[in-house]
Formats: sequence, structure tokens, C-alpha cells
Amino acid sequence: MALMTLLAITTIAIVRQRNLFGVVILAGIYSFLMASVLIVLDAVDVAMTEASVGAGISTVVLLGTLHLTGGLELERPRRALLPLFSVATVAAVLVWGTLSLPPFGTADAPIHKHVAPRYLEKSVEETNVPNVVTAVLADYRGYDTLGETAVIFTAGIGVMLLLRRGRGRRKPDGAADDTGAAK
Amino acid sequence: MQAIQVFAEHYNYVVTIFLMMAGLYIVIARGNMIKKLIGLSIFQTSVYLLYITPAKIIGGTAPILDPAFKVYSNPLPHVLILTAIVVGVATLALGLALVVRIKEAYGTVDEDEIFAKDGEQ
Repeated sequence: MALMTLLAITTIAIVRQRNLFGVVILAGIYSFLMASVLIVLDAVDVAMTEASVGAGISTVVLLGTLHLTGGLELERPRRALLPLFSVATVAAVLVWGTLSLPPFGTADAPIHKHVAPRYLEKSVEETNVPNVVTAVLADYRGYDTLGETAVIFTAGIGVMLLLRRGRGRRKPDGAADDTGAAK
Repeated sequence: MQAIQVFAEHYNYVVTIFLMMAGLYIVIARGNMIKKLIGLSIFQTSVYLLYITPAKIIGGTAPILDPAFKVYSNPLPHVLILTAIVVGVATLALGLALVVRIKEAYGTVDEDEIFAKDGEQ
């Protein structure tokens, strides 16, 4: 519960901070806090992934982008009221929706009744892996994971193409740059 | 008294929704593209919490089978969110690459300035 509160405080700091370098570091802190919360919630595999991917790779990628684009967010006296109002409305609706969810941590909630017990009972016998998360990820939902790797592959190709194009186009005149931006 | 109990039982959901809305607010109200992407990933991590929170059973342990334990948390949301985290960082990287290209084409990453430059043309 204290961790959740810390998470919320970090988020407020992220919203208010204008220096993007600070925002990136706060985002790293946020990811590590999130990983701690996930460990408390028994999701150890997810926590490990979040700590390495969320706090590690994301921070590196963000810092690289800051290096290329520069790091200060513009101050702007802007209609903050309308976004705030719409966000508050959505929040109220969502809170109202979650109130009817089963209380935190109860063992007889509907989510624990359907597929999960079968995985917990049969996975050792069927796959010989004691870690049920791994068994489901690599075995029962193997195609899902294959699709996931396809997504990462596509994203990687996309990033490479975008950045390479940028480097090739820098030399010729502005006309070529416009077509690149349109894509 | 009952209201306080309901609030405590759903505290995780309340914070989750707060994070979600903070992310949404950054995406709507901030002009800087990098800040917007960070807001988007905050929204995304709040969805992880939304999935992982109901999987927890008080008194249960992580779903790694061992004869010493009887009660385990639900492994299925963990699997789904593992996939979501990795896809999330892939989309973040793609978005940032786009931001770098926008910076090269427009010389800025601020939404208002980009719109202004589009208007000039």
C-alpha cells in the first residue's frame, strides 16, 4: 500500500517536471517501484521483465532520443482545464466501475475459478516445468509468444528503417526531407 | 466506516486508475512528444497493475510449484502482462524513432510549433 502511494507521488512528479532529463530518470524510478509492487503482488516474472525492460531498455532508448532531440519541454500557458475535467470524469466513471469488483486478495473471486486451477494442477504433469508462468507462456500459449516476437521484430525493422532514412536524407535539400516526413 | 473499508479493499484499483488518468492527462495536455510517449507508457504500466492486482491471493505465493505451498496466485494474468511489457517497449522505441524523424524534418518536437509550421506551408 505504501509502495502504491509512492508510485502515485512519482507520477505527480513526472507530470510536473519540465526538464525531460529529469522526467526520464523519474520514469526509471517509477519502473523500479512498479517492479517492487509486482513482486509484492507475487508476479515475480513480470517484475523481473519490468525491471530489465521498463527501467533498463526504456531508459536507455529515451536517453538516446533526448541526445538526438534536446531536453527541455516548452512552458505553455495552455487550456489545462478541459483536459483536467475530461480526465476527472473518466476517473470517476472508472472508480465507480471498480467498486463492484471483488475485494483485493480474495481467493474465491471469479478470476481464480476458470482456467488458472487447471494450469496449476496439470502443468507439471504435462510440461515438466515447475514455474507455471513459464509453462503457460512457452507451452500452452506458445503461438501467442511467437506473435509477440513477430511484433518486436517488426518494430525493430521499423526503428532501423526510420533512423537510417533520416541519416540518408540529411544531405540533400529540403524537398527530399518533406517526403520523408509525410510517410 | 463501511466506506473506508471498501476504499481500503479497492485501494490498488484506485491508485491504478490514478496512474492511468495521470498518463492520459500527460498525453492530452502536454505538447512535447517525448513527454507524451512517457505518459503513454505510464498509462500502459497502470494497465499491468489492473491485470496483476486481481491475480493476487492474500496468503498465496508466486506461481512456482513446490510441495511446501498450497495456495498460488493466478498465473494467467502474469503471462498476458509479460507479453504486454515487451510489446510496450517495442512500441515505445518505434514512437521515439518517429520523434527523432519529426525533429529532423521540423526542427522541433513540440506539438504546437509543428502545427504552426504545417499552417505556414
